[in-house]
Amino acid sequence: MHEDLEALKRALIVADMDLGIAAVQRLVDRDADPTWILEEGMAVAMFDLGEMWKRGEVFLPEVVASAEVFKACNAIVEPVLLARKDPDAPTNALVLLATVKGDLHDLGKNMVGAMLRTSGFDVHDLGKDVGADTIIQAIRQMQPAIIGLSALLTTTVPYQETVIKKLEAAGLRDTVIVMVGGAPVTPEWAEKIGADGYANNAPEAVEIARKLVGASQ
Amino acid sequence: MSTSSRVALTTLSGPGGEVHIGDERPFAIIGERINPTGRVRLTEQLKAGDMSSVQADALAQVEAGAAVLDLNAGIPGFDEPAMLSRVVSAVHEVVDVPLCIDSSTPEALEAAVPLAQGKVLINSVTAEIHSLERLLPLVKRFGAAVIGMANDEEGISMDPQRRLAAARKIVEAAADHGIAREDVVIDPLTMPIGAAGDAATAMFETVRLIRGELGVNVSCGASNISFGMPDRQGIDAAFLTMAAMAGMNAAITNPLHAPVRTALLASDLLLGRDGFGAAWIREHRAKTGVRSPAG
Repeated sequence: MHEDLEALKRALIVADMDLGIAAVQRLVDRDADPTWILEEGMAVAMFDLGEMWKRGEVFLPEVVASAEVFKACNAIVEPVLLARKDPDAPTNALVLLATVKGDLHDLGKNMVGAMLRTSGFDVHDLGKDVGADTIIQAIRQMQPAIIGLSALLTTTVPYQETVIKKLEAAGLRDTVIVMVGGAPVTPEWAEKIGADGYANNAPEAVEIARKLVGASQ
Repeated sequence: MSTSSRVALTTLSGPGGEVHIGDERPFAIIGERINPTGRVRLTEQLKAGDMSSVQADALAQVEAGAAVLDLNAGIPGFDEPAMLSRVVSAVHEVVDVPLCIDSSTPEALEAAVPLAQGKVLINSVTAEIHSLERLLPLVKRFGAAVIGMANDEEGISMDPQRRLAAARKIVEAAADHGIAREDVVIDPLTMPIGAAGDAATAMFETVRLIRGELGVNVSCGASNISFGMPDRQGIDAAFLTMAAMAGMNAAITNPLHAPVRTALLASDLLLGRDGFGAAWIREHRAKTGVRSPAG
């Protein structure tokens, strides 16, 4: 099984769709723990890819292609994970995710969504280029524990603050935990705009989300 | 292939005189460097009120052929009105080109634009009602020109027809505020070619549509095309050459990148905008030290 996990990681990094799907299928067929596949395999590969991206060793079309492979593999693992869930277990905390208005960058947000799902959260993804009104409506309807706001541009980062202000105006701020992320976002910024949490990467986002949800219960 | 109908001529001015953006004019390079986004050292300097990099960037870009300088002082969480005002004054101390004031914050524009001499370009409004209603009165009050980003409440579309519709909304709203067509420059939005293979072709199609239908100048933030790719300057240079061919007359880009600078000078020459090849030859003499026959 370890060989298949290594093959899966390699396939994600070099964006080999056939190899990735074959490896993940073999793992699932042999009853590998889906959480193990995701946490020790897929998340590790995507984290490594992120590090390579930061070092300028991989380029945008390659990352986009890897994200496609990730999506396809995740589509195989996720149903297994969900099927294994104990139906009598207490309801999982719901996380809403959105890339804010004016911003089309969603690789990081999608990664965070996948990691949160594998870590036991229910995730509803509102997509990219999402305005405050849509977010507020979704919060009213779904009453999530957490709203995660992603922004990758210095021009769109201020919109995280706009959303928080609109949540306050709508009387919803105290009903939901707000987490922010994205390359230009800093812990100082998160604090300044009154967000509850900030994470630098997807695994950290899961960790912070767990802490925040635990603290609010 | 360049659209036969001409677009309105946009005029900007600085202490050193006017710059025209239009057909049959040299491609106007709007220098992009003075922007803290992704520049750690510049960010730290701006926070500390140190204008040395800003002034060095201003001088270097104008020397490299920037006709206009874009000034951005937006650092999330910092006092943009004060910072942008200081940047405007610092740049005026060292160069005399027209300025492109890069902010969508009314408070920052109200503080910084009055300090700029001449007629500035404000960067930018979008086609969203709240943006148009908030910023166009300022554009009118300051007698400025404005860049309009072709996205609206529906978000950012890859579809040229939808971008045209957003651009039309901006031009019409500007007219309602008494801002002339020639003072509106549309940015059709540049997406990274690394994320979508039709990012450039869709952009050129949008340029042709906007020119043909609205008769306004088109500009763009060019460097985004090569985001996430290696050897970016080669992509930027080819992109700008093709954009010029599609009818774009200005772009926010980096003239310090030699391939970009060379491509745009060559485009001007090839599109008949550099009479007797004067600028191309001048550049050669400056680079090589070959003396002009005039001595």
